[in-house]
Amino acid sequence: MTFTIPIDNGDALKNAETDSQRTLYPYVTGTSIVAIKYKDGVLMASDMGGSYGSTLRYKNIERVKAIGKHSLLGASGEISDFQEILRYLDELVLNDNMWDDGNSLGPKEVHNYLTRVMYNRRNKFNPLWNTLVLGGVKNGQSYLGMVSMIGVSFEDNHVATGFGNHLARPILRDEWHADLSFEDGVKLLEKCMRVLLYRDRSAINKLQIAKITEEGVTVSQPYSLKTFWEFQAFHNPTAGAQGSW
Amino acid sequence: MFRNQYDTDVTTWSPTGRLFQVEYAMEAVKQGSAAIGLRSRSHVVLASVNKAQSELSSHQRKIFKVDDHIGVAIAGLTADGRVLSRYMRSESINHSFTYESPLPVGRLVVRLADKAQVCTQRSWKRPYGVGLLVGGLDESGAHLYYNCPSGNYFEYQAFAIGSRSQAAKTYLERRFESFNESSREDLIKDAILAIRETLQGETLKSSLCTVSVLGVDEPFHFLDQESIQKVIDTFEKVPEEEEDGGEAEAEAAAAPTEQGGAGDQDVAPMEM
Repeated sequence: MTFTIPIDNGDALKNAETDSQRTLYPYVTGTSIVAIKYKDGVLMASDMGGSYGSTLRYKNIERVKAIGKHSLLGASGEISDFQEILRYLDELVLNDNMWDDGNSLGPKEVHNYLTRVMYNRRNKFNPLWNTLVLGGVKNGQSYLGMVSMIGVSFEDNHVATGFGNHLARPILRDEWHADLSFEDGVKLLEKCMRVLLYRDRSAINKLQIAKITEEGVTVSQPYSLKTFWEFQAFHNPTAGAQGSW
Repeated sequence: MFRNQYDTDVTTWSPTGRLFQVEYAMEAVKQGSAAIGLRSRSHVVLASVNKAQSELSSHQRKIFKVDDHIGVAIAGLTADGRVLSRYMRSESINHSFTYESPLPVGRLVVRLADKAQVCTQRSWKRPYGVGLLVGGLDESGAHLYYNCPSGNYFEYQAFAIGSRSQAAKTYLERRFESFNESSREDLIKDAILAIRETLQGETLKSSLCTVSVLGVDEPFHFLDQESIQKVIDTFEKVPEEEEDGGEAEAEAAAAPTEQGGAGDQDVAPMEM
């Protein structure tokens, strides 16, 4: 596999062949993921949309998946790259299970494995165009971390990707605290998702919340949030600036 | 030992279904100086006898740290042992780098065994002439494994390899059932006593043995000479004392050896 970086755009034609072998831009993308640690483990929320540029093309994409017994992976960005990552992890988990020796991959191991994969791809100028959120519980310890498409990786008590970073995290910084109950955690996530719904154009009103605890993973059925559009400002939007533009 | 027409090649079977070259390799393990391993639920102790080529030289290093949570003691061709230790370190650190997590011992041991097996099935290779006692920790607790030149591996509560290891094995066989619940200190004491068994009456001094420990919350490390000597002093202090439980049992266990050496009792009290 050859990978060359075009030095000037005049070579675009010549480099077309080699460029098609590496990721240049994403096509079908998922928007934000928001995740928090709570009393019994980790909660992760995402909507089910897959955008094709500005078109909200796919409305039934599951962007949060269980990995092994102990982890949950959520992804925003290119959906096909997410599916590729799921294939890698499938193989990893399969080999781990085949050992059948009482040892199993925990969320920390999966997170670090993904960090290595993302960073190595970035170094080859052929990234997997995703920001990944990895949450899990093992031996009573909750874990929540993130990896970006350039291999930046860290852990925190609450993480978000894409627009979530700008809209959800400020809410979480104010309102998150340790030992949230399940109900409070879900309420907090829904609050974040509602803001994203109003303000992120790629968000759709169909979301899933996934929960992981020592017992295992549960992914909720898709549901929608109640929204309110009867604000005065929406009734007469041009009140402040009459006339055609 | 055997002079055979089927023992030239490792890839030649004998008519009775044996690979003599592999068996000869296992003989090489028996020529090396003794190495001993024992484990409890939470700790593993590896000990070896320090043998030096001559008085002028230093002794061979037989115990290696593979990682904070894995150590290995070898017996046999130490050069082969060194190479395999390097392989183990490499596997361990690669796993740590990718997964930020210690490599489970059981998985390392299988890779080692598979590596040894390859040498039993290539005409241009020879089996490794070294036995390895691999001690380590993983999610399911402390483990001790023995890796054979044949490519087999077994898990043990306690084991001894190398020359005069039978004496140590006999000692360990009597005590092993209690090892799981042993304290760290008792485990170390038993290891040193087992080493003493292999010395055939030579006075046990801390300069003659190397002892290493690893456990939950205790990374692999060697005990210094002082600590070893202190443990030795607890049972070698009063040689004529019949009450010293450790001594007495050690006496009984050393069937093929003569206990005429300095400081040891002549009479074996409990079991004969």
